[in-house]
Amino acid sequence: MFTSLSDRLAATFKNLRGKGRLSEADVTATVREIRTALLEADVALPVVTAFTARVRERALGAEVSGALNPAQQVVKIVHEELVAVLGGETRRLRLAKTPPSVLLLAGLQGAGKTTLAGKLALLLKNDGHQPLLVAADLQRPNAVEQLSVVAERAGVAVHAPEPGNGVGDPVQVAASGVELARTKGYDVVIVDTAGRLAVDTDLMDQLARVRDAVRPDDTLLVVDAMIGQDAVTTATLFDEGIGIDGVVLSKLDGDARGGAALSVVTVTGKPLLYASVGEKLTDLEVFHPDRMASRILDMGDVLTLIEQAERAFDAEQAARMAGKVAKGDDFTLEDFLEQMQALKKMGSLTKLLGMLPGMGEMRAQLDSLDDRELDRVAAIIHSMTPAERADHKILNASRRARIAKGAGVEVQAVNQLVDRFTEAQKMMRQMGKRGGMPGMGGMPAIPGMPGMPGMPGAGGKRAKARQKAGTRAAKGAKRSGNPAKRAQQQAQRAGEDAQPDGAAPLDPAVLEELPEAFRGLLDR
Amino acid sequence: MNAAATYLLISFAFLVLVVVAAVAFVRNRRSRGIDYYADTTEPAAERPEKLLGAPPGEPEAPPVGVLEAERPAPVAGRLTRLRGRLARSNSTLGHGLLALLSREKLDDETWDDVEATLLQADLGVGPAQELVDRLRARARAEGVQDPEAAKALLRDELLTLVDPALDRSLVTHRDGGPAVVLVVGVNGTGKTTTTGKLARVLVAEDRRVVLGAADTFRAAATGQLQTWGERVGAPVVTGPEGGDPASVAYDAVSRAIADSADAVVIDTAGRLHTKAGLMDELGKVKRVVEKQAPVSEVLLVLDATTGQNGLRQAQVFGEVVEVTGIVLTKLDGTAKGGIVVAVQRELGVPVKLVGLGEGPDDLAPFEPEAFVDALLA
Ligand SMILES: Nc1nc2c(ncn2[C@@H]2O[C@H](COP(=O)(O)OP(=O)(O)OP(=O)(O)O)[C@@H](O)[C@H]2O)c(=O)[nH]1
Ligand SMILES: Nc1nc2c(ncn2[C@@H]2O[C@H](COP(=O)(O)OP(=O)(O)OP(=O)(O)O)[C@@H](O)[C@H]2O)c(=O)[nH]1
Ligand SMILES: [Mg+2]
Ligand SMILES: [Mg+2]
Repeated sequence: MFTSLSDRLAATFKNLRGKGRLSEADVTATVREIRTALLEADVALPVVTAFTARVRERALGAEVSGALNPAQQVVKIVHEELVAVLGGETRRLRLAKTPPSVLLLAGLQGAGKTTLAGKLALLLKNDGHQPLLVAADLQRPNAVEQLSVVAERAGVAVHAPEPGNGVGDPVQVAASGVELARTKGYDVVIVDTAGRLAVDTDLMDQLARVRDAVRPDDTLLVVDAMIGQDAVTTATLFDEGIGIDGVVLSKLDGDARGGAALSVVTVTGKPLLYASVGEKLTDLEVFHPDRMASRILDMGDVLTLIEQAERAFDAEQAARMAGKVAKGDDFTLEDFLEQMQALKKMGSLTKLLGMLPGMGEMRAQLDSLDDRELDRVAAIIHSMTPAERADHKILNASRRARIAKGAGVEVQAVNQLVDRFTEAQKMMRQMGKRGGMPGMGGMPAIPGMPGMPGMPGAGGKRAKARQKAGTRAAKGAKRSGNPAKRAQQQAQRAGEDAQPDGAAPLDPAVLEELPEAFRGLLDR
Repeated sequence: MNAAATYLLISFAFLVLVVVAAVAFVRNRRSRGIDYYADTTEPAAERPEKLLGAPPGEPEAPPVGVLEAERPAPVAGRLTRLRGRLARSNSTLGHGLLALLSREKLDDETWDDVEATLLQADLGVGPAQELVDRLRARARAEGVQDPEAAKALLRDELLTLVDPALDRSLVTHRDGGPAVVLVVGVNGTGKTTTTGKLARVLVAEDRRVVLGAADTFRAAATGQLQTWGERVGAPVVTGPEGGDPASVAYDAVSRAIADSADAVVIDTAGRLHTKAGLMDELGKVKRVVEKQAPVSEVLLVLDATTGQNGLRQAQVFGEVVEVTGIVLTKLDGTAKGGIVVAVQRELGVPVKLVGLGEGPDDLAPFEPEAFVDALLA
């Protein structure tokens, strides 16, 4: 499987320790690694070539900083360049001064246009607007019905004068939708169109006619985050065909690295507005250039991990754990079980692990892992008596055999668990000694497992800023049952979240936040 | 919750993961070699039949004298259409490999261009580099000088990778009951469309087909399949919106058995392979169906525009529901679908069908030669 850029660079620079300066040959080797990393993240080849050329130039001319080793220096440059491209211009929806505003959604088949139409409508509605959804996909079977259902779920109006399934003229429907908005006082019109291939000239012409009929204030291209090299062709042709104003990336809730973001922004020069992160209408986020950059580089989205952790573990549990560590008490199998249950709430294991930086070395082994493994281990612990859970040292051979039988596993599995747990317990103890703040970079490796990835320290003002945002999210879990209200709060939160990023896109603190995670890795 | 506590919890969580991973790793090493297929193999007597594409030796005769509107377009014409459409898309792309290889001699630049072509077809860095290395070695060993001969080598190597010898027949017949086909994949790849198109092919072969609308989640998913059912003349078993997909699937199979239908094709909701809950739900759909009849085919629908993530999709779906074949859709666009090369190689699951458009006849058997030619065009 893939290895992250930081892993690759660490390998490239293995022989460079202490040199601290990049020679031409080093840079060439580095650029090769960056190229591979970007290609594996599905950035399109021509975009990769242009991007690495720029990184090369900067790396060669870069001032040698005393604080960073060469790998960190290159990672920093790459990350900065990525954020610069992805966040060159960040903005929200463009609305007209005199309503109605018109938003036109376009994209390949199945990209997520209809779903996005509903999400935007909900967002706007909660922002005090009166959106109207217009069903101008008259091609795909039951697209009109789909949009109508979505409108109902969002609690907004829909204009669906034609049955669709091949019947009706999308240009007329779009035009009459805008007209209706004008007479009935809807202030934002969202036009959902049929998916089409960029090379289908007839359908692209039709879309151009829809555009001419409604004169959109914002034409958004919806791009599936899983798309590969074709992103360049598709984005270029859609831009040429209808002139797009912005891009929305969909299905970012998966584990695709999303290199298409870089491809599309590079070839069109148009900004990324939103990230669509799920099938529910509330699953829409403001686009974060720095998160996306980390994701493409596989640096792990530590911030998201923090947010998720806060949602999964309750405050009481956290306080109890912190107290234990502070007092120097041992982490028991009972605690372990509790942690596992919280982990399950955080979502799939692979996704979780993907958020951690520098997982490359372990990934091959972890790839085969899924949540069922948690259940298996939980079953083993459940087969233990409370006394055994409190002190695993009493687990002799006959007890282990009994537990294995009870959990329906081989006794080796029990042995494994006990051995590894003992190691983990040791680490916890060390952590406690260091004052409870795990700078995990210096942790001893667990025998039998490859190196441990670094964990971020608690420093970094940006990390703290996000920390606050995350706490808000955790509180939000107990929000009112009113979905509309909830969405509004969420939108508001998204706005607040965007602040730290938007305010300082090239904050030098980026170094504090990211390479810190690498420091433990690279300096080991 | 304060920052210190959060970091602490993440560390705990991380340790938990590491321990669970270590235990799982040991177990996986141990369990390799077990034949998971031992009790699920179809009886040997049952020969999988070729559904699409002529059986070897028999010429493929297009149906004669049938109305276009009622009968699917002849399968024979479909690949020509594929080539035609791909040729069109390539003119937009500009230079194909042909142009690149019209140079005088083989130099580094030429090899770089070959690699670029493969990369741009979504083959992936690893496979592309391996292939180029092997080609260079072969070209040297065989004394190949001119680009034209190198192209033949490349085609040859790619074809070997895609493996024309793989059995790509679709099992849509079962003695003693309906053959069950389960259609799965991530969101928006073309599952429902493929279900409809497949039903049409079967109906055209005078089979009785029942469709199961086991996507109870997405807005209008049931209606979409019903429209397909009307189009192709197959009854659709549906369930309440938001209902249990497994029970719809179960009902569809019951109905197929009661009607003595030949096949039942079950459309499932799109789900990202990273969502454990949804993947469990899919596993349940399959298990529930198996209470009544063995599942003959599990088709994973992959969108040709998908990049390297396609491999992960195939791996995880494969683990959860034992995928028996890939359907590569949207090949009528500019994307080449090169990720299936890695999927086939890593998982041994063959691409069986390709989707070539939104129309009811836009489904064709996968043909390695045509695929490779399109990749290099
Ligand atoms: N997981 C996930 N699924 C999504 C997201 N956005 C859309 N989907 C799903 O993707 C599938 C396709 O979405 P649609 O909104 O129908 O896509 P479309 O672009 O309108 O499709 P066509 O009209 O057929 O071109 C559906 O199953 C959606 O539920 C997302 O952000 N995450
Ligand atoms: N050009 C082209 N479009 C296709 C093909 N197959 C499906 N589509 C289109 O892709 C879009 C999504 O197709 P669906 O069949 O709804 O996909 P799905 O996988 O069922 O989607 P969900 O159920 O939402 O996950 C629709 O607009 C289809 O018309 C194909 O082979 N070529
Ligand atoms: Mg749509
Ligand atoms: Mg569907």
